[in-house]
Amino acid sequence: MHPLPLHAGCAQRACIKAIPLPLLQPASPPDTRATRPATPESWIFKTAMTFMRPALLALLSLAISLASPLGFAKPAPELVLQLATGDNDAKVAALYAIAGSADPEALPILEALRDDTLKSLGGKQAIIFDGETASDAISGEKLAKVPDELEDVVSNNRVTNALDGAFAALALSSADQSERLEAVKKLQDSANPAILPLLDKALATESDPQIAKLLRLTQAAAQLQHPDKAIRLAAIQTLGGSGEPNAKVLLGALLEKEGSSYREADEALRVAAQQAINSINSHLKLGEAAGGLFTGLSLGSILLLAALGLAITYGLMGVINMAHGELIMIGAYAAYAVQNLIRAHAPDLFEFYPLIAIPVSFCASALVGVAMERLVIRHLYGRPLETLLATWGISLMLIQAVRSLFGAQNVMVENPAWLSGGVQVMSNLILPYNRLAIIAFAVLVVIGMGLILSRTRLGLFVRAVTQNRQMASCVGVATPRVDTMAFGLGSGIAGLAGCALSQVGNVGPDLGQSYIIDSFMVVVLGGVGQLAGTVYAALGLGVLNKLLEGFAGAVLAKIAVLVFIIIFIQKRPQGLFAVKGRFVDN
Amino acid sequence: MNKTLTARLFGPKAWAALAAFAAVTLILVPILNLVVPETSALHLSTYWVTLIGKIMCYAIVALAMDLVWGYTGILSLGHGIFFALGGYGMGMYLMRAIGREGNYQSDLPDFMVFLNWKELPWYWQGTEHFLWAMLLVVLVPGLLAFIFGYFAFRSRIKGVYFSIITQAMTYAAMLLFFRNETGFGGNNGFTDFKRILGFHIAAPETRVVLFGLTATALIGFLLLGRYIVTSKLGRVLAAIRDAESRVMFSGYNPLPYKLFIWTLSAVICAIAGALYVPQVGIINPGEMSPANSIEIAIWTAVGGRGTLIGPLIGAGLINGVKSWFTVAFPEVWLYFLGLIFILVTLWLPRGVVGQIQSYFSKQEKRA
Repeated sequence: MHPLPLHAGCAQRACIKAIPLPLLQPASPPDTRATRPATPESWIFKTAMTFMRPALLALLSLAISLASPLGFAKPAPELVLQLATGDNDAKVAALYAIAGSADPEALPILEALRDDTLKSLGGKQAIIFDGETASDAISGEKLAKVPDELEDVVSNNRVTNALDGAFAALALSSADQSERLEAVKKLQDSANPAILPLLDKALATESDPQIAKLLRLTQAAAQLQHPDKAIRLAAIQTLGGSGEPNAKVLLGALLEKEGSSYREADEALRVAAQQAINSINSHLKLGEAAGGLFTGLSLGSILLLAALGLAITYGLMGVINMAHGELIMIGAYAAYAVQNLIRAHAPDLFEFYPLIAIPVSFCASALVGVAMERLVIRHLYGRPLETLLATWGISLMLIQAVRSLFGAQNVMVENPAWLSGGVQVMSNLILPYNRLAIIAFAVLVVIGMGLILSRTRLGLFVRAVTQNRQMASCVGVATPRVDTMAFGLGSGIAGLAGCALSQVGNVGPDLGQSYIIDSFMVVVLGGVGQLAGTVYAALGLGVLNKLLEGFAGAVLAKIAVLVFIIIFIQKRPQGLFAVKGRFVDN
Repeated sequence: MNKTLTARLFGPKAWAALAAFAAVTLILVPILNLVVPETSALHLSTYWVTLIGKIMCYAIVALAMDLVWGYTGILSLGHGIFFALGGYGMGMYLMRAIGREGNYQSDLPDFMVFLNWKELPWYWQGTEHFLWAMLLVVLVPGLLAFIFGYFAFRSRIKGVYFSIITQAMTYAAMLLFFRNETGFGGNNGFTDFKRILGFHIAAPETRVVLFGLTATALIGFLLLGRYIVTSKLGRVLAAIRDAESRVMFSGYNPLPYKLFIWTLSAVICAIAGALYVPQVGIINPGEMSPANSIEIAIWTAVGGRGTLIGPLIGAGLINGVKSWFTVAFPEVWLYFLGLIFILVTLWLPRGVVGQIQSYFSKQEKRA
């Protein structure tokens, strides 16, 4: 039976070959291949390769001198044959040899192996079969007729990794900095002594400090089997200083026993390795702690944004607004709509759409809030339980309205380029830009809100009406208007929260439901009517939640926080920061 | 005024209506379902029996809500947790009653086999006994309500604060029950029940018996509620609702009164949940979602708070409309429900029954 179905892959394959050398994308292994995780047993090979290397390199240089008449030179015929017909161990060895030589001429063979066009003919001849024509992989000569007995070359996971390494080795000499970076990252995974000369060469010419650092780490990883003890020690110390979790795995392998002897025979070096591991561990712990604090702050700032609007509507005005979450949701959908409009009509501005979405979200939610206040809530002042039920009804209608308008599925809100990605602070700590932006945004909103409440006429009126409605009314404050404005302000801030949330999470009709209880908890915990309390409560809850998550997992942490708040409220019904004399009956 | 209202509700006409309800649910429905042949136009299908049985369970919950909200002024947004806990208590028994007929033919419930658990967790011990499971149905929610209520009422948490922390409670419980490791089947909950006390659970006869039990419970709790609200205890409860401070100044400690009615209400809810699960055939943590609990409040509000009979009517009305709408026009249902919330609070603060009552009392004054 013909092993490969004929398909129209010919043109595409020609393209791949025409692409200049460094543009390489190692393919992931198809399902049919036996997959096996790269295990420490590959170390046996690496060690074996140490001895085989000179022989293989000799073969390789021989191959280069035997350039074929078709113009693409080949690596040593033995290596090619080994790739096509050998067992997995032989294939890995051949690939390491090819990687070590970093010979660009080996590229077609590697590609053939990756694309499954490299075939074995009776276990004696390596054939490249591109779907239509077959040619000898070593000589490049076309075969007159496609043989029937072509066998697929089956690679397991280890072979695939080695293949990736070989591609990366070839890409290491690329002129493009980002390609070199990619290449060295890949090489790290398959560091072996065979590529040491290649690394030395690359290090000598590398100008980029980040790539050079990675190269040195890869070099150290490869040097762990170096016969010279001093070099091994230096390698261990280099790895220990890196703080990389990968390096920990490499060092840990040295301490493992293989039969009766340790992988690393020398006692002093094993001690050094243990010290290096400890140093990496403490480095990683530090990163973890910093990461936990950061995610806690990030969650806290999200909670804060969600609760700030409620701090006005509930905290200052005393309106139980169960539709607060839906106002957040409307803000998020407003950001979504702005994104779509800008993408359709002004693609040049796409990078700035979040900035445009901020006022739009504010206005959308504020308008809905004002309508709610005018139509429903105003008739229910002084009846908090009824307000609760009516606003719950509003929230149901808003959810359904959004479902009808935008569909029940979550919608995609994309980050612009400047909000995606993150800054890598430590080996295991990346601070995403969108989270950083939200923390900054929350700070700005708090400051803005504080200024509005303390420095503007509206803020003055709101405070006056909160403190003594009758008196404020007597001195000429139009209290109903102030109520509407204040409610609109609180709703608008909910919209801002939605705009921010659209940059970090899913946007769907149920978005608000997940924030309503949290927001109330924050406001209640912080103390009703206390902006500062809201800030502390939000950040405190965020960090507490993330800390507990470390011990107990996300769900239990959340439950624990809720139970904590329930108990806390029993003890201090007035919240963290109470205003005295506010909670007398009516 | 309260007493006259209750007396009017339970005047001769009301007693006659109650007797008629009992006759319909306990005699007519079983006959129409079991005796009348399916081809007859008068036949009542099992679908309807289950649906009405389910709505009667909701009505019991609404009644329990009326006792705490309508008569004592405590709005709970967490009654769903008691309902669900009662349901889970019954569900534990039903899961054990499956025996080895599950998909995995194990002594353990299927979901435990799926989680690779080797033995029952301690809280599952004894649930194969019906009576123990029924004891759990009453005790667990009762105890939870007692402890929660004791601390909340002792710190004199009331009004909206109380509502919000009850909501947080049911939300936390929902998250807890969603976890597989909690040992209650995670988000699938319990389902695929086979038999109850040896009877096949889907058999029409079993359904009718469960239906009759639910109707009996409904009537029983209604009479119990009437007894309570017309008693001296009920007067104190109403006084707490209207002016708690004055009650305290008069020398009463509100704590035991509130705690009693709150715990009783939770237990009634739990029993409703236990009756609900075998009829509907599933219980999952969705029953604990805050939205469900808040819906209970609207049943009570629509029917009329503090009328006992009103919440039953409210639960029947809303759930009747819901089961029709969610099939006929599912996308309109939330608009409708939301609108009901708003309209009732704005224009029908006393609910349907309260409105009718005030209409009649005006007529009387005129006469």
